[in-house]
Amino acid sequence: MTNARLARGLIPVLVGAAFIACWELFVAAYQIPRIVLPAPSAIAQALLQDFPSLMLSLWTTLRITLLAFALAVVTGVALAILFSQSRIVEMALYPYAVILQVTPVVAIAPLIVIWVGFERINLALLILAWIVAFFPILSNTTLGLRSADHNLIDLFRLYGASDWQILWKLKLPSALPHLLSGMKTSGGLALIGTVVAEYGAGSGTATGLAWRILEAGNRLQIARMFAALALLALLGVAIFFSLALLEHYVLRNWHESAVPKEY
Amino acid sequence: MMLGQLNSVERQFSGRVKALGPLDLEIREGEFLSLLGPSGCGKSTALKIIAGLLAPTRGAVLWQSSKPSVGFVFQDPTLMPWASVRENVRLPLDLAHMPRAEADARVTATLARVGLTGAFLDAYPRALSGGMRMRVSIARALVARPALLLMDEPFAALDEISRDALNEDLLRLWREDNLTVVFVTHSVIESTFLSTRIVALTPRPGRIAGEFTVPAPALRSGVWRMSAGFADSAREVSRLLRQGMDAAA
Repeated sequence: MTNARLARGLIPVLVGAAFIACWELFVAAYQIPRIVLPAPSAIAQALLQDFPSLMLSLWTTLRITLLAFALAVVTGVALAILFSQSRIVEMALYPYAVILQVTPVVAIAPLIVIWVGFERINLALLILAWIVAFFPILSNTTLGLRSADHNLIDLFRLYGASDWQILWKLKLPSALPHLLSGMKTSGGLALIGTVVAEYGAGSGTATGLAWRILEAGNRLQIARMFAALALLALLGVAIFFSLALLEHYVLRNWHESAVPKEY
Repeated sequence: MMLGQLNSVERQFSGRVKALGPLDLEIREGEFLSLLGPSGCGKSTALKIIAGLLAPTRGAVLWQSSKPSVGFVFQDPTLMPWASVRENVRLPLDLAHMPRAEADARVTATLARVGLTGAFLDAYPRALSGGMRMRVSIARALVARPALLLMDEPFAALDEISRDALNEDLLRLWREDNLTVVFVTHSVIESTFLSTRIVALTPRPGRIAGEFTVPAPALRSGVWRMSAGFADSAREVSRLLRQGMDAAA
């Protein structure tokens, strides 16, 4: 079993190392120009050289992503609870939540930036990332709140439970696996939303990783572009794994998806 | 003494499918009453109407004094998967805002009565076997000390060995607590073993096909299941059930 686990961790690492090695050899052997495809070593060099400014940009992007994600979780869960308590509110608002979701964020970005103002660009980015991250939380939690066992609801009613007790002790725990799965999707989307919003906002006072990529691209500093890209990918992976870990930790005792099969 | 009665109770579902009735049924204090019928005859519906979870379309449920306190056991154990055995059983007491220490003592005692002690109390439902989950479900129904226990085919999904053990434990609990039990089943054998009185229902919409008082000793055990009286009773109950099927056909 430990061997299997070791292999699961080791194989992707080995594949990655082999890929990077081939890349390095390929660039060296065919003498590919740096502005077309920089070697991994050159990218690492760029990363080290620009480490302070890249880290600052990483922090900017991360901060907006996390804020947007937290905001999405709070508003998504709150709205889902509201929907579950009132069918009328759900009928009235759900279509607009869908419209907000299906309209491409790139298309809304300029408008939001104008409304909020260039001097408060981070707020504009936050709103845009929130729009993207919000919907999976809302739809998953809404589904989860509805999927509470009907017999358990009957049982709660039999013992005179209030609507509040049914929500708190039954519907919310039932919705938890759905919410956590929505959070995994939403965490990645918050990052995508932030990056797309940075692109959409274009030049100006935005200083996130997307802006570094644009800036490096304009100056044909391709190695630097790759370095920022690598950081962005790492950030996405880190967000996903943190949320997967949270899901596993929360559900480890009771949900089929989190409990290991015993043979 | 009569505990309550169903007065020409009917239940129609949307689409005007008549699921039940008209049904006149008396529930007597301290009896173990089985509602026996083919699947789809509305016996679960009758149970939910008795519990007050469903309103009858026509007719009424009348109680001798006030509505008795009710415990309900479903066909599935219907436990909260995120809560331990202890927390699941404590649910009715929590909903009634009973102080934690008192509730916990009551939960432990009730679980011991259904044969669950020690490490099981902190286990989560998914770690338990089907029979044990049903024991937890029964403990949850008994913990609030109901006067009337309603059971909806609780052992239908269990293997025969677990079912026999649970049947005998259920009889013990029924006697110890002076419970009135209304037990829904489609098993002639099970109802003959458990009940003091059996009401056989016709196929949908369920009506009374016949009634049988089981001539069993008050203290019945596995011995009763082996006796000639048991076999005769089961045959008679089968005949009633068949009669109901033929009448409907």
